[in-house]
Amino acid sequence: MRWLERFRMAVLALFRRERETARLNDELQFHLEQQASENVAKGMSAAEARSAALRRFGNPTVLRDEARSTWSWNWLETGVRDVRYGVRTLARSPGFALIAILVMALGIGATTSLFTIVRAVLLKPLPFRDPGKLVMVYERFRASTGDGFNVVSPADFLDWRAKTHGFEDMAAWRDYGFNLTGEHQELPEVVVAAGGSSNLFSVLGVAPALGRTFTTEEDQVGANHVVMLSWSLFQRRFAGDPSILGKTIRLDTNSYTVVGVLPRWFTYPDSLTQLWVPYAQTFTTDEYAAHDNHQSHVIARLRPDVSAVAATKEVSALQYRLHEANASKPVAEDAVYRPMIDDVVRDVKTPLIVLLCAVGCMLLISCLNVSNLLVARSAMRRKEVAVRGALGGSRLTLIREQMTESLLICSAGGLLGLVISVLATRWLAGHWQALPRADAVQMDFGVMAFSIGLIFLTALLAGLLPAISSTGSGVLAALQESSRSIGGSASRATLRKVLLTAEIALTVILLVLAGLLFKSFLHLRTSNLGCVTNGVLTMKYGLPEKQYDTREKVTAFHEAVLERVRHLPGVRAAGLVSRAPGDGWEGDRVFTIPERPSVKFNLQNDALTRVVDPGYFSALQIPLISGRFFTAQERLTHDSYIIVSKQFAMQFFSGDRAVGKHIDVFRGGKTGTFEIIGVVGDTLWDVTQPSKATMYFPILSGIPSETSGATIVVRTAGDPLALSVPIQKQVGALDPALPVYDVLTLQQIVGNSTASQSFSATLVLAFAALSLLLAAIGLYGVLSYLVTQRITEIGIRIALGAQRSEVLRLVLLDGLRPVVVGLLIGLAGGAAAGALIRSVLYGTSPLDPVVFVTMIGSLLLTAIVACAVPAIRASRIEPMQALRTE
Amino acid sequence: MGKPSDLVQGTLDLLILKTISLEPKHGWAIAKRIQQISNEVLQVQQGSLYPALHRLEQQGWIRGKWSETETGRQAKFYGLTAAGRTQLEREKESWSRLSTAINLVVEAG
Repeated sequence: MRWLERFRMAVLALFRRERETARLNDELQFHLEQQASENVAKGMSAAEARSAALRRFGNPTVLRDEARSTWSWNWLETGVRDVRYGVRTLARSPGFALIAILVMALGIGATTSLFTIVRAVLLKPLPFRDPGKLVMVYERFRASTGDGFNVVSPADFLDWRAKTHGFEDMAAWRDYGFNLTGEHQELPEVVVAAGGSSNLFSVLGVAPALGRTFTTEEDQVGANHVVMLSWSLFQRRFAGDPSILGKTIRLDTNSYTVVGVLPRWFTYPDSLTQLWVPYAQTFTTDEYAAHDNHQSHVIARLRPDVSAVAATKEVSALQYRLHEANASKPVAEDAVYRPMIDDVVRDVKTPLIVLLCAVGCMLLISCLNVSNLLVARSAMRRKEVAVRGALGGSRLTLIREQMTESLLICSAGGLLGLVISVLATRWLAGHWQALPRADAVQMDFGVMAFSIGLIFLTALLAGLLPAISSTGSGVLAALQESSRSIGGSASRATLRKVLLTAEIALTVILLVLAGLLFKSFLHLRTSNLGCVTNGVLTMKYGLPEKQYDTREKVTAFHEAVLERVRHLPGVRAAGLVSRAPGDGWEGDRVFTIPERPSVKFNLQNDALTRVVDPGYFSALQIPLISGRFFTAQERLTHDSYIIVSKQFAMQFFSGDRAVGKHIDVFRGGKTGTFEIIGVVGDTLWDVTQPSKATMYFPILSGIPSETSGATIVVRTAGDPLALSVPIQKQVGALDPALPVYDVLTLQQIVGNSTASQSFSATLVLAFAALSLLLAAIGLYGVLSYLVTQRITEIGIRIALGAQRSEVLRLVLLDGLRPVVVGLLIGLAGGAAAGALIRSVLYGTSPLDPVVFVTMIGSLLLTAIVACAVPAIRASRIEPMQALRTE
Repeated sequence: MGKPSDLVQGTLDLLILKTISLEPKHGWAIAKRIQQISNEVLQVQQGSLYPALHRLEQQGWIRGKWSETETGRQAKFYGLTAAGRTQLEREKESWSRLSTAINLVVEAG
């Protein structure tokens, strides 16, 4: 029953505290009375008896406090008292409190946001069964200059799966796209699709929300057409009606039976993928059997007893045999793997980590700043603290009180920061388009726990140093010193300068990082695409091969579109290309040069492929370097002519005249010989990547498998987007079932591909600017404090004849010393940090002099401004007034 | 023997529990009683008595109850709880073990 008794006491102590305290007083009072009456019995007078009793008894208040301290909830009581003190002290200087809270809110809010995103994107396991066992397997060409992870050909994948046994199972998928139409003239649209092997969903451990996945029989070339819908397409286009199962939809005018719907959370490989068809059905028989036709991603599930390294080794050995057997073709020598999670986040990992480090730096700067402000305040309260210490306030109590103050600031800041972070996270996840798994980003208990931890950590960081330093020994010194202070407290000033130096060093690192990222971003935005980018509109269409099944039909459609578009008002020039500059890789082919025969396949003889119409180059003002453009003569089967880019001519004909030479390349189902008739200027396929040698084939050859997809590029007189509807109408007039998609200006295309860089550069720059502001506040605070401390000294100096300019110089130099030290440390740190982020810098050296000079300049300028104000104030001190303030 | 000796560390709890084991008493009476029984040798300081009483109460060994004294004044009377009685036995045992041990050391040749 003891626990019951204890519980009763605890409840009493908590809820009846006032009454219990009154009773305690009463109890002690009773004791005193007993003592007094005993004294009276001994013969004392009443007054004498009372004072004797009190003497014997001791200080009743202390006694009461001691008795009370044994009650439960005592810690709560002390806590509440500390908080009340803290709030009162903070309320006495609301300006300081507000600045400190805002500073912490920004720091904690930004850090929490970034942590939320990093956690969801990088740390949270993929939403698949036992995701740690999933790896992606790629081919690797030994001569490759890329990242070494090359997509896989279907035949390689089939052999890997059939002939190796290190993995539990292997599945493959590839990107695909369809024109989606209904059975009854519904609006056509282009959908991003993917082809997945029949075992893909079981390897991932994904069960369909409705219906079933693909069967092995369906995963064959030419098998019955079936399709699985993504949840978003199911809801959007079919209103979430389950009766769609078993019905047919039209993809590229072929009928596909809907067999299943994927769950809502399934957004692999990205949330744009709208539907899935069986892997094999996305190939022709020849393509499916090809070892040199690379486009697939292979997902493998590890066996419990076989490591990824061992399993991949077996695959790699097989791949080498395949390479030997296909020596004349581009078949890779090795296979390599990486964990699936790394594969999903590969593009954002470094930027995210850079951003997280940047906010970490900013948070640290915020802490240092608050710490600095607290030191200043504790210096003002030094006498108070000393008096309390002398009267018996324990050091722990004093430290605890100051810590409560910093905890209050950090908690208020943290709460505010949490609100900021909820908004910021939502905004970030919504606007960062390249962010994979953005749908997984959400605030949850983990994040809450993180930010609460952050609040305590920052409170500790910001509060401990000032608390310890201000309550330290030297109570006597403080009391003496306050009687007449001439030099100020040197040690306190040193502490503040050290804090300041650290703050400045961190700021410089951030500034350098931001500068580098921003310069690299600017470099991307202004990099020359190789063609005119102003006023160019692009839009795509893809002719379904079922209807447009002959060269004549395809060519006729392309020519009709161009004819109509060129006659629209506002169109200066129009052309067709399979993919516009800056819009991506599309495809590449290896080739041989008959003039220079080589027995073995050479990986280096590889170039991007594009198909273009005769007017494309002049429409985009891509310069002709030698030879000529296509004419309407290079059409249909009279198509053995190509135009190459300047880089192609330099790389493969090393400056010799390329025009008139030939290449052998696989095209339209067979290898043919093509004559080079012209050399044109280089264009970039992606602004973040170096240019690559390119071959242009005539689109008017009309081979359905090679030329059915086209991008209309239109150079306009006015606003390009104003023409988008008229052009779409012209296409619609030719074929109402043909959807037009990706209507974008060339500048938007460039903008999209640099959106990620723009994001990280802008964010880091914002963090750096904030840090600079914080550093300026810190600097100003420290120097103002120092000047206040030295008023008397400066007054005496001036009274004794010191020049005011001399005083100005003295104070300014005093403030700038920690700046210069911090700057030097920060520059070293910035150089190191720059080297670490080299991989996300484009066309910018980590030691870029422009960036460094700009950043040093802006920091020094800010520092001088922040120092000048207190320095000027010091030089204006009136000696008489200064000496009187004592 | 000059001034009354201080209590042996940790024995105050035992003394309090023992003193109120027969009937509930208030603080003043407890102090007086200890002083009397020990022939004025043991002086309980008020500074330690009341904190000790409140600590014992929080722990559930004793229970305070307000009632009238012979003079009609309200006072807080402390009595043993069931758990307190067990605790008293435990404390007694450990005390006798301790004092025997100390005796052994002190009396040893």
